[in-house]
Amino acid sequence: MSERFHEVAVTVNGEDVRERVDARKTLVDFLREELALTGSHVGCEQGVCGACSVRVDGVVVRGCLMLAVQCDGARVDTIEGVADSGEIADLQQAFIARNALQCGYCTPGMLLTAQELLARGGVPSRKQIRAHLSGNYCRCTGYQAIVDAVEAVAKTRAEAKR
Amino acid sequence: MRITDDSPPIVSALDRPNSYIGRSVPRPNLARLTQGRAQFVSDLTLPRMAHVAFVRSPHAHARIVAIATAAAAKAPGVVAVVTGAKLAKVITPWVGVLTHLKGIKSAPQYAIAIERACWQGEAVCAVVARSRAEAEDACELVEVSYEALPAVADPETALESGTPVIHPELGDNLTFERVHVGGDPDKGFRDADAVIETTFHFGRHTGVTNEPRAILADWNEGEGRLTVYQGTQAPHMMQNLFAKHLALEEHQVRVLTKDVGGSFGIKVHTYADEMATVALSKLLKRPIKFVADRIESFVTDIHARDHRVKAKIGVKNDGTITAWEIDDLTGIGPYSVYPRTSGIEANQIVNLTGGPYTCPNYRARARVVFQNKNVMCQYRAVGHPIATAVTEGLVELAAAKIGMDPLEMRRRNLIPDDAYPSSGPSGIKFEALSHHESLAHLDAMMDYAGLRAEQKRLRAQGIYRGIGFASFIEVTNPSAAFYGIGGAKISAQDGVTMRLDAQGALICHTGVTEQGQGAEAVIAQVAASSFGVPIERVRVITGDTDSTPYGGGTWASRAAGIGGEAAWQAGKALRANVLACAASILQAKPEHLDIRDGAVVDRDGGNERLPLHELARIAYFRPDTLPPGFQAELVATRHYVPRAWPFAFTNGVQASYVEVDRDSGFVKLLRHWCVEDCGTVINPQLVDEQIRGGVVQGIGAALFEHCIYDARGQLLNGNMADYLVPMAAEMPDIEVGHVVTPTADSELGAKGAGEAGTAGAPGAVMNAINDALRPLGAKPLTAMPFTPGRILQALGRISESTPT
Repeated sequence: MSERFHEVAVTVNGEDVRERVDARKTLVDFLREELALTGSHVGCEQGVCGACSVRVDGVVVRGCLMLAVQCDGARVDTIEGVADSGEIADLQQAFIARNALQCGYCTPGMLLTAQELLARGGVPSRKQIRAHLSGNYCRCTGYQAIVDAVEAVAKTRAEAKR
Repeated sequence: MRITDDSPPIVSALDRPNSYIGRSVPRPNLARLTQGRAQFVSDLTLPRMAHVAFVRSPHAHARIVAIATAAAAKAPGVVAVVTGAKLAKVITPWVGVLTHLKGIKSAPQYAIAIERACWQGEAVCAVVARSRAEAEDACELVEVSYEALPAVADPETALESGTPVIHPELGDNLTFERVHVGGDPDKGFRDADAVIETTFHFGRHTGVTNEPRAILADWNEGEGRLTVYQGTQAPHMMQNLFAKHLALEEHQVRVLTKDVGGSFGIKVHTYADEMATVALSKLLKRPIKFVADRIESFVTDIHARDHRVKAKIGVKNDGTITAWEIDDLTGIGPYSVYPRTSGIEANQIVNLTGGPYTCPNYRARARVVFQNKNVMCQYRAVGHPIATAVTEGLVELAAAKIGMDPLEMRRRNLIPDDAYPSSGPSGIKFEALSHHESLAHLDAMMDYAGLRAEQKRLRAQGIYRGIGFASFIEVTNPSAAFYGIGGAKISAQDGVTMRLDAQGALICHTGVTEQGQGAEAVIAQVAASSFGVPIERVRVITGDTDSTPYGGGTWASRAAGIGGEAAWQAGKALRANVLACAASILQAKPEHLDIRDGAVVDRDGGNERLPLHELARIAYFRPDTLPPGFQAELVATRHYVPRAWPFAFTNGVQASYVEVDRDSGFVKLLRHWCVEDCGTVINPQLVDEQIRGGVVQGIGAALFEHCIYDARGQLLNGNMADYLVPMAAEMPDIEVGHVVTPTADSELGAKGAGEAGTAGAPGAVMNAINDALRPLGAKPLTAMPFTPGRILQALGRISESTPT
C-alpha cells in the first residue's frame, strides 16, 4: 500500500508552508482546515459552483477538484493573499460601491475569477464578463451588479494605462 | 460605469438634516466579505470540537429493522455513534401545526428517525468523530437493515383509498385543506362571455444557498449553558425551540448568528439534523459541528412550490373579469415543517390569487398532502410566484381569447389607485397600492409600443419574440397574524437598543438579522438619520440572543419595515435623552436644541453648542458636575410591530422580453423590467438589488430549477451539476423602477422588497414564452420549468410522451 500521508511544500500567499497531508485532502480543505485560510469557501465539492476558486501558479482553479498533494512546489494565492497585497483593491472597492455582493459567500471566488479576466487587459464586453463568470454561482445578486463592478474596473484600469 | 447614484431624499417628516433616508449608502459589512475575513459558521472551530456526519436513508419509506454500530464505533477518530432512540433521551420530538390553520395535522418528528425513515435522506444514525472525514468514513461502517415500505410519491393519488397512509394514526394523508368562496363565482362564470380553464404545474425546487446549512453547538456542562452558532434567519425563534426540546430555560441558550451564506427562507426552519447536532452536544458535553454537504442539502433543505393548480377565469368581451376559480394540490413530504408549518404556502396561494384585481367572485380550494419525499416549507416569496403565475397566466390567456392587449386588459381590471383601502377576492386587506401608476411607469420604461413593433417586424423574419407581464402583490411587514396567533413563538415585533458610547458614537443592537440583504446598512441609515450622527459613527450589532432586543429576525421582508421603524423610534427616544442631558449642561431648554452631524446644536440656526463626545465625557466620567438630581440616560430601546394592518402589502408589475428558438426550444432572456412600490425607499441601491436577485431566482423557477423525483420517491438530480441554477451568461440585465406609496402604519413608511422579484418573474416569463409561441399555434405552456423539451412538445415538434 502506498503512503497515505505526504509531506508537501507550498508557497501560500508568499509564505512557505511545509505540512504532512492526507493524500485524499483537497486543496480547499487543506487551506481551510490546516492553514485556517477560511476565505476560500466550499459550495458543492464537485467543481460546479466556483466558491472554492484559488490561484495555483497564477491560474484560477477549483480548490475542491485539486488535491493538496498536487500542489507540492506550487505557489497558491487565496483571497486573503490578494486582499492583503492590494492587488485587487480597486475591484474590492467597486464590489462594495456597487453592492455586487449580498451574503458574500461566492465573493472570494468571484473576485479571483474576475481578476483573472481583468488581468488580460482591455475592456471586455458585458457578454464576455458574463461568460467568464459563468462558472461562479451567485444566488443573491442576479449577477448584474457583479458585471457592472467588473466592467467599471476594466474601464478604470484601461483609462489609467493610457 | 453604472454605479448607482444617490437618489434625492424624499421630502417628508423623515427629511431631517443630514438624512440618510433615500440614499444609496454602502453596506458597512462588505469590506470584510471582500477580503476573506467573514465568519460563516462553516469557518468556525472551538476547542474540543467534534464533527457529526449522518447515515441517511436510501429509501423513501422504510422500516428500520436494526442498526449495527459496533464497527463504526471502533473506527479511527470516532467519538460516538448515536441512534435515534439514544438521542431521544435528550431531545423531544415536535409537531409542525398552527392553530389558525384550522385542521392542520402532522405526526411527531424526531431529531433522528427511530422506527421508520419517511423520505430518502432522512437521518437514521449519527456518527461523531474528530474530523468530518473520519465521521464520514465511519458512516460507511454503520449497517442499517431496512424493510422497504411502499412510497407515496404522487400527490394526485395521495388521498385515494388504495394509497398507504404514511402516518396511520392521522387517519389519512391530508395535512390541511382550505376552502374559500368570495362573492358569487357561479354568477360570475354565468355572466362571462368566455371561460378559460387550464392546469398549471409548478416544479418542486429549493433555495440552493451557496453556504449549506451549518451549525456549531456548544453545551457547557459547567455553566449549564448552550451556545449555538447557527446560520439562521431567526435566532430568537431557535433559542426558544432549542430550550423547549432540550428541557432548558431560554436564558440557558444563546444563539449567535454571524455571517450567513445565503438564506432565502431555507434557513428559517427547524431541521432534524440541526436539532440532532445540538442534542449531541448536550449528550457528549462538547462542541459539535454539522455542515451539510451539497448532496445532503438537496435531500434535506426544505423544498417548495410543488403545486398543481386547476384554474378558471371568466371574462366579458369588454375585458371585464367576472370570476376566478382555483383548485390547488400540493405534496409537502412526510411531515409539516416545524414551527411554521407546511400549510402556509397553499394558504398564501388561496389568499393571493386574483389579489391585484377588482373581481370579487372567487372560489378556491387548496389541499396539502403528505408524501414520501423531502419536506416542503416556506422559501422566498412563499406562495406568491404560484398565485401570481396562475392569476397572470389566466389574465393573459383571457386577453388572448377576447383579442385584447394584455396591458389594456389589466387597466380595465386592476384595483384603481384611488379605491383604497380595499380588499382582494380572498378578503385580504390593502392599505394603499399603486397598480395603475406602476403599470404606466412600466409601459413608458420599456417602450411597450416600440417593443411590439419590433416583435412584429422580427416575426416576419421568422424570429419569435414574446412580451409577458405580471402584476403582483407582496406580503411584507407581517404582524402577529402570520404566526403568533397560531401559537408559534415567532416574534412579530422587533426592537432596537441604541447607546451613546463614551466617544459619542452610536451603538445599535437589533433583533433583525443580516443575511446579505443589507439590514445592517438600513438600520445604520435610519439610526444615523433619526438620532443625528454621521453614519460612520454608527455600529450595528445583530444576531446574538444574549445582547439584542427580542425579535423575529429577517424573513417575510420585515427587516427594513419593522426593524427600521424600531430604529427610527429608538433614535428619537435617545435624542430626547441626550438633549435633556445637553440642556442640563448648557442650561438651555431641550426644545431649543437638536442633534445634527454628531453635535448638539441650536434648533434654530444650527450653531454648534456641544459635540457629542464632550457630552459623553461629562455624562460618563464627570457626572458630579451635572445638576443635583439629574441622571443622564444614554441608552434607549424602542420596539415596533404593525398593528393597523395584518400585513403591509406592496405591489408592482414585471415584464419579460424573450426570444424562443423554435428548433431547439431554448429561451433567450433579452430584457426584464420591474416596477415596484415598497413605500419609503430607505436605500435605493439595496432595494434594486433585492429586486434583481429576486427576479433571477424567479427566472430560475421558470426555466431551470426542478427537483426531479421518480415514482419511488428518489431524487434523481440532487447535486449542483444536474440541478440547474441561473448562471451569469444566461441572465439579462434587469431594469428597476419605483412608485412610492408609504404605509401610514409607521412613521418611516417603509414596506418590504425582498420577495417582489421572485413573486412576479415566473409569471412574466411564462406569459412572454406563450406570447412568442402564440402565432405558431403552440399549446399554452403552463408547466414550469419551461425546459426546451417542454417547449418543443408545445410546438408539436416532439411527442408529448418524450421524457423532458
